Amino acid sequence: MKNRVVITGMGIWSCLGTSLDEVRDSLYTGKSGIVFNPERKQAGFRSALCADVALPDLKPFIPRNMRQFMPEEAQYAYMATRQALENAQLDLDYIEKHEVGIIYGNDSVAEATMHALDKFREFQDTAACGSGAIFQSMNSTVTMNLACLFRLRGINLTASAACASGSQSIGLASLLIRNGLQECVVCGGAQEANMYSVAAFDGIQSFSVREDDPARASRPFDRDRDGLVPGGGAATVILESYEHAVRRGAPILGEIVSWGFSSNGDHISTPNVEGPVRSLELCLKNGGITSSQIEYINAHATSTHIGDIREAQAIARIFGDRNVPVTSTKSQTGHEMWMAGASEIIYSMLMMKNDFIAGNLNFENPDEETACINVVPERQETHFDMFLSNSFGFGGTNSTLIVKNL
Amino acid sequence: MTREEIVTQVNDLLAEEFEVDAATFTPEANVKETLNLDSLSLVDLVALVQQTYKIKIPVEELRSIQTFNNLYDYIESHLPNE
Repeated sequence: MKNRVVITGMGIWSCLGTSLDEVRDSLYTGKSGIVFNPERKQAGFRSALCADVALPDLKPFIPRNMRQFMPEEAQYAYMATRQALENAQLDLDYIEKHEVGIIYGNDSVAEATMHALDKFREFQDTAACGSGAIFQSMNSTVTMNLACLFRLRGINLTASAACASGSQSIGLASLLIRNGLQECVVCGGAQEANMYSVAAFDGIQSFSVREDDPARASRPFDRDRDGLVPGGGAATVILESYEHAVRRGAPILGEIVSWGFSSNGDHISTPNVEGPVRSLELCLKNGGITSSQIEYINAHATSTHIGDIREAQAIARIFGDRNVPVTSTKSQTGHEMWMAGASEIIYSMLMMKNDFIAGNLNFENPDEETACINVVPERQETHFDMFLSNSFGFGGTNSTLIVKNL
Repeated sequence: MTREEIVTQVNDLLAEEFEVDAATFTPEANVKETLNLDSLSLVDLVALVQQTYKIKIPVEELRSIQTFNNLYDYIESHLPNE
């Protein structure tokens, strides 16, 4: 007998807001979190567009000697996780008495690593890196910090799967819970928002250069899209078995019905259609779901020319002419990369819980290849009970989640 | 730098870095205890002195720095000639 896996808490720190209510309102009103950052231009970026993410002040919550270990994305993840635990009515006393795990998506710590090595090279002395550098510069920094701060004693694992990291973390956690290996897991994704984390990404000319109009730069599926806009922050969801949630009287918000995944086994940056199709098919099959049950698709679409085409074709292959509403919330947030798979579950949950689908900003005209799906340009006031969320990443890693309203 | 300047500057730096009120710093107070330094954050004291004064404190000499006065003495005696 497999366990049902439910979502009992959510928390977010994003360019659309730093609370669930604020983010819900931003989604509803179609706010863009994208800005032009002159510092990037001055530093030599081809595109100075990015998401505007507030840096949290952790001083009131964490003593200096523990903050030393936290790079930017761990700070975002801490704030998101505080909210999510509170939202799930999980306090430290309960966590200390029960085994709670953590699986979180993260795939870089560029700025912290750079600062530490700059000090090392300047002073030619390893001690100059400081005490926090080793803990800040490891890819598992988010899970190591959060596990210590929140006293988590179950699984402790970072999922690094490029822009599917957040989604894969939720998929992996749901698998452990479904199979009875964990009862409750904190999961999510974090993304550093500093310029150093995306300098090399800018270097391969993947970013939109629509600098004169930041809010219109991220335009997934639109004919005139010219690249993605980098974003950041963190998103946390609390997953637990249905029985565990009922036993402790937790608020049950939704159910992770299924997880699907695949690898393209193809080009490192150019996606194909077959890989995403297999991820979608596996997700539907694993959950015993037919495509006609999916009422909304939160697409991975990042606003790149080829990526959006391949995803549109994959969705069309599975959903045929069923006309399922599709949007990419990246039109508002930019590409939140390691965080995106988790944040987009939260964005979709907020829409599902509040009976609307946020419009895909800047979708004015499809091109020949993206016209095969039903991209919704304006907000729809509509009730839906099941959605699908895609996340794809460099190296051809694909992850798909299906979530049901409860 | 005069001794007084060193004391003032070091206290300001330590207060900011380790987030401890400088009013608690007395010449004979224990540095590690006053600043809540553990074996890891002690490295930050070494890094701070190195980055500010270009003075490297070797581990064996670090053990001899117990009080704030010891620290001021160490910095004063190792400051490069102006």
